[in-house]
Amino acid sequence: MNDSKKKTNRRDFLFTASYTVGAVGIGATIWPFIDQMNPDSSVKALATTEVDISQIEPGKSITVLWRGKPVFIKRRTETEISEAKAVNLDDLKHPEKDEDRVKKAEWLVMMGICSHLGCVPLSDKGDYNGWFCPCHGSHYDTSGRIRKGPAPTNMEIPKYAFIDDNTIRIG
Amino acid sequence: MSEHTYTPKSKFGKWFNDRLPLLSLASHLTDYPTPKNLNYWWTFGGILTFCLLSQIITGLVLAMHYVAHADLAFNSVEHIMRDVNYGWLIRYIHSNGASMFFLAVYIHIFRSLFYGSYKSPREIIWILGMIIYLLMMATAFMGYVLPWGQMSFWGATVITNLFSAIPLFGESITTWLWGGYSVDNPTLTRFFSLHYLFPFLILGLVILHIWALHVPGNNNPIGIDVKKPSKDTVPFHPYITIKDLFALLIFLIIFSGFIFFAPNVLGHSDNYIQANPLVTPKHIVPEWYLLPFYAILRSVPDKLGGVILMFGSIFILMALPWLDSSKVRSSVFRPLNKIFFWVLVIDVLALGYVGAMPAEGLYLVVARVGTLYYFAHFLVILPLLSRIEKTQPLPLSITEPVLTGMPKVEFIKSDKPDV
Repeated sequence: MNDSKKKTNRRDFLFTASYTVGAVGIGATIWPFIDQMNPDSSVKALATTEVDISQIEPGKSITVLWRGKPVFIKRRTETEISEAKAVNLDDLKHPEKDEDRVKKAEWLVMMGICSHLGCVPLSDKGDYNGWFCPCHGSHYDTSGRIRKGPAPTNMEIPKYAFIDDNTIRIG
Repeated sequence: MSEHTYTPKSKFGKWFNDRLPLLSLASHLTDYPTPKNLNYWWTFGGILTFCLLSQIITGLVLAMHYVAHADLAFNSVEHIMRDVNYGWLIRYIHSNGASMFFLAVYIHIFRSLFYGSYKSPREIIWILGMIIYLLMMATAFMGYVLPWGQMSFWGATVITNLFSAIPLFGESITTWLWGGYSVDNPTLTRFFSLHYLFPFLILGLVILHIWALHVPGNNNPIGIDVKKPSKDTVPFHPYITIKDLFALLIFLIIFSGFIFFAPNVLGHSDNYIQANPLVTPKHIVPEWYLLPFYAILRSVPDKLGGVILMFGSIFILMALPWLDSSKVRSSVFRPLNKIFFWVLVIDVLALGYVGAMPAEGLYLVVARVGTLYYFAHFLVILPLLSRIEKTQPLPLSITEPVLTGMPKVEFIKSDKPDV
């Protein structure tokens, strides 16, 4: 072996080139087998749901299914709204203003999924008059914000829009 | 493999064996020199092999009648229970078989812990065993999802959501696992596919596990090295086969007791309610064999932290051969390790108990203390113990204490093992 300056010769180039092409080829072959597990077109096609909210009384809520997950639509009472607004942001684990979580103060639309491990919390339960998750004991307030327990974040707000006063489109 | 060369008697046997040495393998397995002092804790390897084969055979049959679809799965399981000839029996063998499999594997693992079977030169056997154990948990978890009951669905939701704790990619990984935005039909079909595959991966690893075992040979209750073949060993067949068979028989009596008299006692009644994504059961619990890990998960008031500790509690076991550096294998000669071994057993049982209880009040305190102790055992106690413990003198051979009545000083050498 010649231990002086290592010269790149023709053979080194061929090795590197073949390894590179081989690696790219294997990667490109594996990708379809990984990506097939991602949500397929038929799952994605069910991405929006329209909901009639005219029948909901103040203080009541309904649960609708969107992308296989429950969405809570709650018509909040004046007390619940003022309770949610009165909270000092410094007391929150995941600080968010109530105003930023709703489009109309009366209507709270959020995923009915505990941010801990995905259970469905029970409404009008817990220490903060909001929701309580029975799985691992997370308490949420009337704005769906985490107040106590292992959940890391507030309950998620899905994309939604008021089509008119009585209809919401989720997604 | 064995050193002695085997020549088949018949001409055809010789012709065949020269081309594919299956007969040599059979001869090796039959004559395999085994320490003659193996006790009944050593029969669980055979029992576990039986469990794996029994799960594969019953599973194969169940797959002939089961339908992996979110709308049909629940009813197809009821169809197996009510309509299929002996379907109830085969399903109960399979569902209780999973529990018996874990019961046997826990005894097998604790046997290894007590007698130091994970120590040099058997580290690879131990690590292969831990990988088998991880695959068993994944297989059991996916199998539990297939009946598509309430516990199936919500168990799957909670466990797959563990991955959402991973920073940055968590969300996309869970979506990828689900094949959607929640646990749904695509999740069920892939779990079925993988639940069918994994037992065969386990079978392959079991073969490697046994292969790696046959290189140094079995550890034994006094943990010293054995010259083989010698007065200290007996051939595997018939001595060990008959002992394993007897133990298996006792095991099968207990197994049958569950199948015929209490087939649902280890399950959860909520799983006889069809999966409903809108209602979470009041109290979600995993199957009993996962409860200690569930207790560790819940003992941490932080999502990512809980997930890390839970997986850490299993991965820490892989490092065990290096955490415990004591040269003496068997706890029979380690007076302090013997005590801490039993404390660990109680700790794991306690974690299992609080894992089944709500995560609040005293239960939470016990779970936290238990989790702390679990990690302290492996990270603090064992490394320290292996340095400061005064071990008892080891016998010279397996035979000597038996022939002379032990302990007799003249047959005892220093406290260093036979390396």
